[in-house]
Amino acid sequence: MSYMTDRKRAEGHGSAREGTRRHWGMTKSSVALAFLVPAFVFTFGPMLGRPHAEVVAHFAQPFPAIVAALMIVVGLVHFKNGIQMVIEDYVHGVLREYTVILTTCLCYGAVAAGLFAIASIAL
Amino acid sequence: MVQLTLPRNSRIRAGKTWPKPEGVSNPRKVRIYRWNPDDGENPRLDTYHVDMDSCGPMVLDVLIKIKSEIDPTLTFRRSCREGVCGSCAMNVDGINTLACTYGHDEIKGDIKIYPLPHMPVVKDLVPDLSHFYAQHASIMPWLETTTNRPGKEWKQSIEDRRKLDGLYECVMCASCSTSCPSYWWNGDRYLGPAALLHAYRWIVDSRDEATGERLDDLEDPFRLYRCHTIMNCAKTCPKNLNPAKAIAEIKKMMVERIV
Repeated sequence: MSYMTDRKRAEGHGSAREGTRRHWGMTKSSVALAFLVPAFVFTFGPMLGRPHAEVVAHFAQPFPAIVAALMIVVGLVHFKNGIQMVIEDYVHGVLREYTVILTTCLCYGAVAAGLFAIASIAL
Repeated sequence: MVQLTLPRNSRIRAGKTWPKPEGVSNPRKVRIYRWNPDDGENPRLDTYHVDMDSCGPMVLDVLIKIKSEIDPTLTFRRSCREGVCGSCAMNVDGINTLACTYGHDEIKGDIKIYPLPHMPVVKDLVPDLSHFYAQHASIMPWLETTTNRPGKEWKQSIEDRRKLDGLYECVMCASCSTSCPSYWWNGDRYLGPAALLHAYRWIVDSRDEATGERLDDLEDPFRLYRCHTIMNCAKTCPKNLNPAKAIAEIKKMMVERIV
C-alpha cells in the first residue's frame, strides 16, 4: 500500500535523457544490414557444402572475408540492441538488468569468436 | 516477467442470462462484462436479450436500454453521446471504441462488450484511468511561453495552424493506449499513444516556446521509445487519428537534435 499520487507515479524517476542514440544506432545498423545481408548471402552461400580447402581459399580473399566480418559485427550489435529492446519489453525488475548483461556478453563473445575465426582463415 | 494470464480472481466466469422479453420480433443477444468490487466475486459475463426494433442505432443505445429496462445495476460511463467527450470508450466486439459512435449493425453475431483492456476496473465497464490522465498531465498539455504575452493574441499562420489538424481532435478516450501491447506491458513508464500524440500537438505548435524542454522530457527508452510501430493505436482510434505517426515525428525530431 502506498499513498503516492498518480502524478508522482506517472513522473517516475524522470526522463533518462537517453534513448535517441540507441534508436539512431538501430536505424544505422538496419540500413547497413540491408546491404550487408545480400552481400553475405552471395559470398557465403556458394561455399556451403564445398570442400574445406576451397572454402578456406575463398575466405582468404579480401572481399568475402571483409563482408563476413562486417556481417558478424553489425549483425550481432544490431541483435544485441534488438534483444535488449525485447528484454525491456517483457522482463521486469532486477531480472531485466541481469538478462541485458548476459545477452550483451553473449553477443560480444560471439563477435569476438567470429572475428577470430575469419582472421584465422584469412590471415 | 510480464503476466500472460489473468490472476485467479480476475478470471471471467459465466454469468446470469436474463430472460428473453416476450412478444419481441427482433431480439439480439448482448454479452456484457460485469464486476462488482463489493461482492468479492470473480468477473462474469451476463447475457441480455434486447429488442432491436425499439433500440437506437448505437451500442451506447443498447447499453442505455439495458440499464433502463432490464438491469439498472449495469454501470458504464457516458456523457455527450456524440463522440466528443470520450467517456464511453470500451471494448466492443474486440475493438476499443466509443460506444456512442459505434453502430450495433456493424457487429455480426452477439454483441460482446468489455471494459478497456489491461486497465484496473472500477466497476463493470468503468476502467480506472487515473494513471492515464496523470501521464497526460505530465506532458504539460498547455502553451508554454517565455516571451511577454502579446497585447491581443499569440498569432499563428494558417499553415502552422494546419499542422495541428489530426492532433487536436483527440478526446482522450484511452482507446489507443489500451490497445497498445507496449502500454500493456510497460504502462507504468511508457507514456502511451494518447499522451505522446498530445505531446507532439504541443511540440509542433508554432506558438509554444518549450520545444526543447518537451523533447528533453520525452527522451527516454521507456517514455517514448517503447513504441514499436505496432499501429494498433491508429487502427482502433474512434476519431481516425494516427498517434503512431505523431510518435514517429517526435522520434525524427529527436534524431535531428543529434545528427
